[in-house]
Amino acid sequence: MEYILIVISAIFVNNVVLSQFLGICPFLGVSKKVSTAAGMGAAVTFVLTLATIVTYLVQKCILEPFDLKYLQTIAFILIIAALVQMVEIILKKVSPSLYQALGVFLPLITTNCCILGVAIMVGDGTYSTFGIEPGLLSGVVYAIATAIGFALALVIFAGVREHLELMDVPEGMKGMPIALIVAGIMALAFIGFSGLV
Amino acid sequence: MNKFKIILNGLVKENPTFVLLLGMCPTLGTTTSAINGLGMGLATTFVLICSNVVLSAIKKLVPDMVRIPSFIVVIATFVTVLQMLMQAYLPSLYASLGLFIPLIVVNCIVLGRAESFAVKNTPLDSLFDGIGIGLGFTFALTLLGACRELLGSGNIFGIDLWSKEYGALAFVLAPGAFIVLGYLIAIVNKIRKA
Repeated sequence: MEYILIVISAIFVNNVVLSQFLGICPFLGVSKKVSTAAGMGAAVTFVLTLATIVTYLVQKCILEPFDLKYLQTIAFILIIAALVQMVEIILKKVSPSLYQALGVFLPLITTNCCILGVAIMVGDGTYSTFGIEPGLLSGVVYAIATAIGFALALVIFAGVREHLELMDVPEGMKGMPIALIVAGIMALAFIGFSGLV
Repeated sequence: MNKFKIILNGLVKENPTFVLLLGMCPTLGTTTSAINGLGMGLATTFVLICSNVVLSAIKKLVPDMVRIPSFIVVIATFVTVLQMLMQAYLPSLYASLGLFIPLIVVNCIVLGRAESFAVKNTPLDSLFDGIGIGLGFTFALTLLGACRELLGSGNIFGIDLWSKEYGALAFVLAPGAFIVLGYLIAIVNKIRKA
């Protein structure tokens, strides 16, 4: 039951983009078309899940026993950068079609703050677990749900922006300003979920 | 005069928030009040100045293949220094900015300035570029935070201007960040075109 609560909370109530403000750059940058948004969402889900598992193990098995917690930021960003490179190389060999689909988005993910943000939250155990002990399983469930929430927000936003292209928008509002206001209205809609859990 | 121009360039012509549209996560996430925006801006400025100077100084020593990873390590080092300093001297600000302090590592502004300015210029010029861009970012965050604080709770920097009951809570919450920034960028666009 708690795991279902974690999932619902991470996707809707505390949506990573619209209420925690992580991963805004790709949210604004690659949301011009629904198909690229879906590709980015898939790539983030894949890398976020892997990165959370690896960084959690490094935190618990290396940093904490040796009292090196202050190296967390440096260690995590290096792990994520290396992981992204590795995923890119492996995908190229194992599944060229998936590599074709995700290829361009993978290098961008290194500087996506939702990956580092979620890795730090899971490593420190500061995400909302609804009473169960923060551990690897709940951390991974939280990471996957967060990534789904990211993909959901990105695809909805891309859908709206595709229509926005055809609208008659005042000169100064064209491009980023109107997109930000649309995102604000979306965030307002997501506040409606806040009583859910 | 030349140095002054570099600072002015970062503050106005290449303002990271309003013109380059970089580093949106901390811009939206930490500006619930003017003082938080100011704190985040100055924290980023510190990292930006240090990393710009160091990266500009070591640019010839770093082989091209490992340039980005080594840049990230340098930036992460200064972020860790900043984290320790803030935990020691500004614990309340550190608590209210929370996750966004370690996330300065992945702020596109820092790596972006390193790539587009520091590797092409001398350490001294990079220092002034760091100051200019940092101040531009701080100014934008403080303005955004002040607008949200004023509309949301009727005060700026904690000074009451009108009663809290007239404030719209949505401006302090997530939606207000997007909407206020959207309108601010629209106003800046209008002024730049005119």
